[in-house]
Amino acid sequence: MADRAEGAVATMDERGAPPPKLALRDLVKTRRSTAGETVTAVDHVTLDVFQGEFVCLLGPSGCGKTTILNILAGLDAPTSGQALLDGRPIAGPGPDRAVLFQEPALFPWLSVVGNVEFALKHVGVPQDERRDRAMGWLENVHLTNFANAQPHELSAGMRQRTALARALACDPDVLLGDEPFGALDAQARELLQNEVQRVWVESEGRKTFVFVTHNVREAALLADRVLVMTAAPGKLLEEQRIYAPRPRQLDDALVSRVVSEIHEILMLEVSKGGGS
Amino acid sequence: MRRIAREIGPPLAGVVGLLVVWAIVAAFASPRTVPSPASVWSALRRGISDGTIPEAAVKTLIRLVFSFAVSIVIGTALGFGLALNEFARRSVRPLVVALQITPFIAWLPLAVVWFGLSERAVVFVAIVGAFPSVTLATISSFGQVPPLLKRAGRTLGAEGWHLYRGVIFPAALPGYVGGLQQAWGFAWKALMAGELITAGLNATGLGQLLARSQDDVPALVATVAVIVVIGVLVEYLVFVRLERRIRARRGLLLSG
Repeated sequence: MADRAEGAVATMDERGAPPPKLALRDLVKTRRSTAGETVTAVDHVTLDVFQGEFVCLLGPSGCGKTTILNILAGLDAPTSGQALLDGRPIAGPGPDRAVLFQEPALFPWLSVVGNVEFALKHVGVPQDERRDRAMGWLENVHLTNFANAQPHELSAGMRQRTALARALACDPDVLLGDEPFGALDAQARELLQNEVQRVWVESEGRKTFVFVTHNVREAALLADRVLVMTAAPGKLLEEQRIYAPRPRQLDDALVSRVVSEIHEILMLEVSKGGGS
Repeated sequence: MRRIAREIGPPLAGVVGLLVVWAIVAAFASPRTVPSPASVWSALRRGISDGTIPEAAVKTLIRLVFSFAVSIVIGTALGFGLALNEFARRSVRPLVVALQITPFIAWLPLAVVWFGLSERAVVFVAIVGAFPSVTLATISSFGQVPPLLKRAGRTLGAEGWHLYRGVIFPAALPGYVGGLQQAWGFAWKALMAGELITAGLNATGLGQLLARSQDDVPALVATVAVIVVIGVLVEYLVFVRLERRIRARRGLLLSG
């Protein structure tokens, strides 16, 4: 499946194709600052994400990318414009759109396997099947030996891997990531990036991933399409398609080239921001 | 063995030290004011063997369990209701705070007007003394549930009642148990004060026993000792252990 990205483009161009998996139509999100002023976090953003795509939203902190992700998750509502899932407005959160948060957000009163079972329980998996299936997901992220540990006994990377297992246990159509690896050390981050890439490749076009990041290398490694955003108020600045074959490594020549291209766009944007 | 020794060694040393100081003071003081540990010990054995202390302790513990249970029900229901509705919370919470800081014994004369000089008046005071702590702890423990965990629960498909059962209640548990711990202490103190003041009744209880033992100083001290021991046992065997278990499971203990 080296050229999955091109496949996705083809679907988009076909007439009468199904609606995009996720879509934003002229999305605006404002919020009131503590000083009482109205701040525009997201400024008229329109975008389509098609089923089976891996899209990264890339931008400096405060560019509204987390806000976009929260709106897609159904945890936040647009001020104006629309957020659509399969062509229908997003009304709230649900296990069809799992979220990896910046922090693992594990439930500290549950064991590692208990956290994964929580997800299975709420998508209606019968009780006697939950343990086996949860163990299967933990095996997938190499945490079998820590199934009965409590979250606080794990390293940061292992906690985020547990969160990944928990998110995938819902068998979501969409996985949303809000800089989920930002707080990890380099090795743990690379391990998790590889896990995420593998899960996405293995879903063979069934699962749609949207990740938010400020890490250019991460975006170039993971995404079919990188959407570069401007600093506040958040707008889409540029779209970069990445056709490098999978599975990718950070030191692949093509990945490195994309990294430096995106870097240039960002530097230009930052220097413009500094001049105004 | 070594862990147990390390655990109970220091408190044991404290108790032994207290007994030594007591014995020394008693050796120089009149036995009418400060009875010796030995005389208190024999008064205690007498009180236990003739049944007065066990009977009084059981009566008191029944009242304690009853008033604590009623306080939990009232306190939790009110606290949960107030946690859900902001207007109700802002109007009623200050009243509950006022009730909590009012010395509970101030309600006893009123309780006597309502219920007569009876066991019911004593239990009423204990409930009024205890339930505000449960209510306030319930409200604050709900308020302190990390929003991130609620969001995580909702994205995993837990909404409405499932979100409460799966995320909010467990996340609120440590703060709630802290409230119960405080509440039982208030119930216990209110009960003792109430029993002591209503000693004229033929109802028995440790407080009444205390009031009736005023001519027999060793028996008086023996009763005080029983009250102290019951308090310490409930505090450590129930609440401290419960709290430690909850906190250890979540990795919240500061030291092992």
